[in-house]
Amino acid sequence: MKNIIHNINKAFDHRIRLGIMSILVVNEFADFKMLKELLGVTDGNLASHTKALEKEAYINVEKSFIGRKPNTKYSVTKKGRDAFKKHVEAIEKLLKQ
Amino acid sequence: MNKEEYLKDITEIKNMMNKSSRFLSLSGLSGILAGIYALTGAAFAYYLFEKSGRDYIILDSQVFRYILIDLFVVALLSIATAIFLSVKKAKKNNEILWNGTSKRLLTAFMTPLLTGGIYIIIKIFTHHYGLTGSLMLIFYGLALVNASKYTIGNVKYLGYIEIILGLLCAIFPGYGFWFWVLGFGAMHILYGSLIYLKHDRQE
Repeated sequence: MKNIIHNINKAFDHRIRLGIMSILVVNEFADFKMLKELLGVTDGNLASHTKALEKEAYINVEKSFIGRKPNTKYSVTKKGRDAFKKHVEAIEKLLKQ
Repeated sequence: MNKEEYLKDITEIKNMMNKSSRFLSLSGLSGILAGIYALTGAAFAYYLFEKSGRDYIILDSQVFRYILIDLFVVALLSIATAIFLSVKKAKKNNEILWNGTSKRLLTAFMTPLLTGGIYIIIKIFTHHYGLTGSLMLIFYGLALVNASKYTIGNVKYLGYIEIILGLLCAIFPGYGFWFWVLGFGAMHILYGSLIYLKHDRQE
């Protein structure tokens, strides 16, 4: 039991962060607009959650310009993918008990 | 957190994975209607062909031109219906129709389909139209299989069936018309009904 709790990741404690990770593990990348539309959150809210995940080095952030418009692309890192997998496995184990 | 919260988490993970990578606003009804258009179009072509009194088709003939127009109308109506019903379904489900997923779906679907379409047109203009029905079925099947990873899963099997029908049609080219009726008419109605029962009705 102690082990399972250990694997539950604090960084994924919030449902929006969980949503961001879910989207990124099945997509090569997602831009800010796509995440915003899928999760139905405000700019500021999304930015704070992506920043938190970026700080943990779970996601990559790539800023560029399309014409004159700034475009931010997110993708999952190897570390993020592993952490997410462990987290989901831990939840599944908890639910089986 | 308690069990219920974790269950909600898992549901949210699955939901986001599906929503972000698959186009789910495909309507079963558009499949059924496409099948009905195809059957109507085929019946009309059959009638024209019977009326001509020949047992072959001449490329420069009026009949052949009418049949081409007939095919074109069937394709156009099917596409228009699919778009119209998808827009409706997306609105109802509060989803955005034109996003990364639907773009990927369209690219995956159109690449084999356009290749096949252009190839068939080239073959027709060089008077090799014997295998048109077979080629249409094969390329349409490949397009479905290729696009299926971006939409409702069981579309893949419809693709496999179309490919098999296309190959059978190549073995029995004399029955091309009937394979076409089976592949584009009957199979669309069958698969459209399956999708309708599984995905549309419960909402």
